Amino acid sequence: MPDEKNVILSTSGLTKIFGFGRQKTLAVDHVNMELYQGEVVSLVGESGSGKTTLAKMLLGLLTPTEGDIYFQGQKRDISSHKKKQEYWKNIQAIFQDPFSSYNTFHKIDAVLLDCIRMRGGRNFPKEKKVELMAEACSFVNLKFEELTNKYPFELSGGQMQRLMIARIFLLKPKILLADEPTSMIDACSRATILDYLMQLRNEVGMTVIFITHDIGLAYYVSDNVFIMEHGKIVERGSADEVILHPQAPYTQRLINDVPKIYEEWDLSTV
Amino acid sequence: MANITIEVKELTTEYITRYDEHIYAVDHVSLKVEEGKSLGIAGESGCGKSTLALSLMGYYFAPLRYTSGEIIINGKNITGMDPDEVRKSILGTEIAYIPQSAMNALNPTRKIINFIEDVYEAHDFYMTKKDIYDRARQLFETLGLPAEVLQKYPVELSGGMKQRTVIAVSVLLLPKVLIADEPSSALDVTSQKMVIKMLRQLMENDLISSLIFITHELPLLYNVVDDIMVMYAGQIVENAAAKQAVFDPLHPYSKGLMGSIIVPESGLRDVKLAAIPGVPPNLKNPPPGCRFAERCKYIGPACKVNSVDVHNLVGGRGYRCSLSEGELREAYKKEPDQNAR
Repeated sequence: MPDEKNVILSTSGLTKIFGFGRQKTLAVDHVNMELYQGEVVSLVGESGSGKTTLAKMLLGLLTPTEGDIYFQGQKRDISSHKKKQEYWKNIQAIFQDPFSSYNTFHKIDAVLLDCIRMRGGRNFPKEKKVELMAEACSFVNLKFEELTNKYPFELSGGQMQRLMIARIFLLKPKILLADEPTSMIDACSRATILDYLMQLRNEVGMTVIFITHDIGLAYYVSDNVFIMEHGKIVERGSADEVILHPQAPYTQRLINDVPKIYEEWDLSTV
Repeated sequence: MANITIEVKELTTEYITRYDEHIYAVDHVSLKVEEGKSLGIAGESGCGKSTLALSLMGYYFAPLRYTSGEIIINGKNITGMDPDEVRKSILGTEIAYIPQSAMNALNPTRKIINFIEDVYEAHDFYMTKKDIYDRARQLFETLGLPAEVLQKYPVELSGGMKQRTVIAVSVLLLPKVLIADEPSSALDVTSQKMVIKMLRQLMENDLISSLIFITHELPLLYNVVDDIMVMYAGQIVENAAAKQAVFDPLHPYSKGLMGSIIVPESGLRDVKLAAIPGVPPNLKNPPPGCRFAERCKYIGPACKVNSVDVHNLVGGRGYRCSLSEGELREAYKKEPDQNAR
């Protein structure tokens, strides 16, 4: 549950510009945001609105052109490899495409063992490691005995995405960035993935940043919603406020474009 | 009684693997679409939706093979027709198909109008280029696409525009039936809405007589089609009018599917999404009884053993379950209703 006093991650004037001169594109434009401990925040916007760029900057995969990121009140420092690894113990991500987020040459055991190592379990006895891995797998309803000695490509998309959640379960980061975790899997498995994510949030008490273009999904999972348009945050507030009573014209249009079943879907406004 | 544009009787098609295993991806499927009606096919991935679409066209290439059943398109029985013959006389004129990644079908080195010329020339050799241009422009204008698109290369168009262009090209020869297989799944919400609007326009302007729309996004399906058919493991498990299928599903699988709908409307946050546990069965050796039995909440002792037939109800509704309509409704009443909002 959100802890309103405890700001875990904040940005001030975060900007990213790709290219230079006439080719310049402003991907993220002076974003100020504050994330509290334990809340679920959604970043909603169309493709090209800068959601993923913002996420990559928060993760430390891209260097911001301008602006600062503060982690737990202090300016984030990822200048060296060691400091970066330290930072990544606190912030982890689930990506859109489960098929390309694994190293094809590493077995699933290696993937999970890596997480245990990152949590300081390098010298655990083997039985303890297996026990931890089995526990993580059973959390997402996978059987470790069936997965051991397999390669990621032998799993289905839904299973891979669940394994990703098992990784997060082992790592127990403070912040989880979920970049469209359900857009590549079909509607039935979607509910399962969301359920596990929310369960994990409640157990570990982490902050989840949920990036999606599906406004219905954002409404279902999040406490607070940020709407992004052309790199700017155009509307922010609690999920009920933003989705049910949108103020910004862009939000209104987004909500209009999603198919409805209980209300009439107006097709004339495209 | 309105004309029937496409009728399929007990169609079965199979994939043959290189180890000579037979996978019945479409298993005794019957369907019927009347003129001016649209049919939606729902189901999770791996249920045979796309294979059904391919099978409907009678256009079989290895490893897909026709096994039994009958396909009648607009009065013509195309069962067992040679694929070459099908391509010449059926595809495009009687039935057209938009595959999942349709926008990749455009040749990046040729303009859209060249692509359209190819289509016309393959079917009517004597048309002049001017005629072709005029007809294409007229069609594009009816569908609300700017005529400048014709003179552009695919790279100059956005994803949504490419998708709409391909849809327009697919109806150039005025087919009776259009099969759209997830035409909007790779697009964002605004382009998706444009594609949906375009499919509706096709029906309204009588460019096509029937539409078969395949997707796993139920809210989308509900807004486009008249009837919904739910597929599971190669079989039809329920067919009903769109409204009934979404708000009053009978088969436990359809019930589960409808429970996973997410729409940004008030009340969504109060319901818990119901996921169906487990995965569809392997179709190499499907279970002898009900194929959904493994994952069903309401499983009875005979479900895993006895095969189940389709129960036909009044009003063209049908479902495949060993329980009767009354029993199913009783069982759902005991559950907290997921769809109550």
